[in-house]
Amino acid sequence: MSEFQRPKTEEEYHANFKQIKPLMNDTQAHVESGRCLFCYDAPCIQACPTGIDIPLFIRQIHSGNIKGSAKTIYSANYFGKACGQVCPTEVLCEGSCVFTKQNIEPIEIGRLQAFATNQAIVNDTKLFNLQENQNKKVAVIGAGPAGISAACELRLAGFNVEIFEAREKPSGLTLYGVAPYKIDNKTVLDEMDYLQKSFGYTVHYNTAVDADKLKSLENNFDAILLAIGLGATSALGIPGEELDGCLGAIEFINDIRIQKQNTRVGKNVIVLGGGNTAMDAASEAARMGAENATLCYRRSKDEMRAYGFEYELAKGVGVFGLFNIAPLEILGDKKVEGVKFIRTKVIDGKVKNLEGTEFTLPCDMVIKATGQSKFVDFLSSIENINLDKSGKIGINPETGQTDNPKYFAAGDALNGGKEVVNAAAEGKIAARGIIGFLGK
Amino acid sequence: MPDLKTNLAGIKSPNPFWLASAPPTNSGYQVMKAFDAGWGGAVWKTLGIPVVNVSSRYGGVNYKDKRLVGLNNIELITDRPLKDNLIEIEEVKKHFPDHAVVASLMVQSKAEWHQIVKDVENAGCDGIELNFGCPHGMCERGMGSAVSQNPDVLETLTNWVMEVAKVPVIVKLSPNITDIRVPARAAKAGNADAISLINTVQSLVGVDIDNFVPYPTVDGKSTNGGYCGPAIKPIGLNMVKECAQDELVNLPISGIGGIENWRDAVEYILLGSTNVQVCTAVMHYGFGIIREMISGLEQYMADKNFNRVQEMVGLALPNVSNWENLNLSYKVIAEIKDEKCIGCDLCYVACDNGAHQAIGLNKETRIPYIIEENCVGCNLCSLVCPVEQCITMKQIDTGKAEVTWRERTDKDDIPKTFNDELAGGIGHFVPKPGDAFKK
Repeated sequence: MSEFQRPKTEEEYHANFKQIKPLMNDTQAHVESGRCLFCYDAPCIQACPTGIDIPLFIRQIHSGNIKGSAKTIYSANYFGKACGQVCPTEVLCEGSCVFTKQNIEPIEIGRLQAFATNQAIVNDTKLFNLQENQNKKVAVIGAGPAGISAACELRLAGFNVEIFEAREKPSGLTLYGVAPYKIDNKTVLDEMDYLQKSFGYTVHYNTAVDADKLKSLENNFDAILLAIGLGATSALGIPGEELDGCLGAIEFINDIRIQKQNTRVGKNVIVLGGGNTAMDAASEAARMGAENATLCYRRSKDEMRAYGFEYELAKGVGVFGLFNIAPLEILGDKKVEGVKFIRTKVIDGKVKNLEGTEFTLPCDMVIKATGQSKFVDFLSSIENINLDKSGKIGINPETGQTDNPKYFAAGDALNGGKEVVNAAAEGKIAARGIIGFLGK
Repeated sequence: MPDLKTNLAGIKSPNPFWLASAPPTNSGYQVMKAFDAGWGGAVWKTLGIPVVNVSSRYGGVNYKDKRLVGLNNIELITDRPLKDNLIEIEEVKKHFPDHAVVASLMVQSKAEWHQIVKDVENAGCDGIELNFGCPHGMCERGMGSAVSQNPDVLETLTNWVMEVAKVPVIVKLSPNITDIRVPARAAKAGNADAISLINTVQSLVGVDIDNFVPYPTVDGKSTNGGYCGPAIKPIGLNMVKECAQDELVNLPISGIGGIENWRDAVEYILLGSTNVQVCTAVMHYGFGIIREMISGLEQYMADKNFNRVQEMVGLALPNVSNWENLNLSYKVIAEIKDEKCIGCDLCYVACDNGAHQAIGLNKETRIPYIIEENCVGCNLCSLVCPVEQCITMKQIDTGKAEVTWRERTDKDDIPKTFNDELAGGIGHFVPKPGDAFKK
């Protein structure tokens, strides 16, 4: 039985999705920043995909140079505030904090980062001087973390940037896909507004780019960055996926972020998958008031791709985990009524169904958190772009450049689906690749 | 159970912990509360012609999230009429006949000194402390630290007091002087019964960098204050030692300066203090800290088999001497316990940037190692290491006989010219300047 009541108002929704990393107040920031040891060649910097000089920005907070602190952060990562809140810091910067080796709580780096960047956002602090116009035009497809980061970096170097975004708001999955207890919509969009004001790129919203549109962009821009992310949840290929009440995790989380308390959630929800998105979806179903939120994974608990702390977080809100079971069929007449499972065993790394162990779990909603599809058709339409077997774009990792020199790539489309911070890092690399390619 | 009773030049108290003359002893209410909490004595807020104070009187020095490692004040002596204070002293003594109530005094003329000494004695105080220490405000009027800075005046004033005083007299010294022994000797010459030190250190605790005015700010202006709190303990310890070792001073000492726990008190006692006085710690945490101080002192004395506080007084003095008497053959080097190391590598950077390049780094494990032949045993790495007992200093046998600078000087075995072959650093590893740019 879930501990959360179904939220009826936006207020109740926000109460159920209370921020797990709330904004620090001045005293918290002062005390916490004072704990940092200022390690030599600090492990937290190494652990950050964007290589933020963490000890420096913490020391800047402590000495009251918040603008300098925000500049240190944004110089390395344009999604400074979002990453402070949504990064899996437990396995990145904070996980590497030397204090953990003496069983002392690590410095709350993420929250300090959000604290410093928040002040820059709230005060609209001008931190960067853009270089003079280089008269070069770059089209960026996708206004997610990779695309926006690249745009900022390119604008800093004096390049003109136009972003084409299929949806109506920027930041990609930061807004549409991250669990709402990690960051709320206003926080995400405030940072996006701040970045756009600071760097002055243009975004064309509600503008999907298809093969034809791309051709025209090719003619009008000097380089194109593919920061297109991933598509809808992939089909499982089992009977019953079309039933009402069976949906993808990405779509479910998207609904929650946008529809909030009005999102449809079943009473008995089964989530299929063992990754972080599965944890988020199960957790969110529970917070939305599902009476039972059950996580079902084909392999053992230890083999889940999800971070341990994400599973703990889900368990903490009442999610129940079932392991070594695979779905065979989604049952129901028009509407989902249950899932037929079979028990499994992993032999030599491969999942084997154990015949004769079939059983059925009743439910009224099935959430598939089994990976997102890739835009293989679209990408295949571009000349000389090579995709690997799984549909990931092949690039030069130093520059983000594809085999078609005019095209660069960054973000989930490239890495198959990672964290916001990885996309932000890759967007920056690609932007530098473009700057190098077009020359200055 | 160890006996904590102490006797400073005839002033007896149930334990060595007194409140120093300061805001916590401004009134009978506070002193009674302190005694009730367990304090052994109190030196009353300095009495004299009542002053007029400013608003905005204290400034603090914080370190990281720790408040008030240092505090400075520009408050003057009592701003209350003498008669009110005398009535309250009398009442305190009625309630606490065995506790030490010492009247701190600061006046100017001989007549004033004679009068006020009689007045406080009549009120029942157990001793008198002459405030020759305050380095702010009163010194501008020729009182406080101005007296410590002029030994002749100090001696004269002390003599005036001694002419009439029936109770023991303590002279409180200012640290704002080059050689603390000079005013201490003047106190002795003036027939004082004891000295107390240190008073506060002349200071500016900081500057409001938006308005270009130091703290504490009084209507856009500031003035120097007197600095106290944990930050000044090292200064106090050294000055107490200076006086305790000086044969010409030879007076009982009440130790003051940055004491906030039993350990600080023991350190002052071991360097020659008969008792100690506390102010800042009480202003920060209240009278209740006395419970920890008494408990700690009792435990320490029990553990070390001391029966009386007096047995401990000055025990560290034989072990403090001039630099020239230290053994030049003694050698320690650092030792890192790998299993405790958390890889912050502060020792590495401290040694590389700030010392002798005697620590190497395993880039894989982040665990540093000591390059023993480069280590001069400076202790720095062990001081910056944030882990308890991770870096320790171990003595190594140099095979050399004990020898001091004094002895080498006597044998003419010391460097005397700029490029003397006897330079201590000859043969010791120093990287080439260009190595600074190597990764």
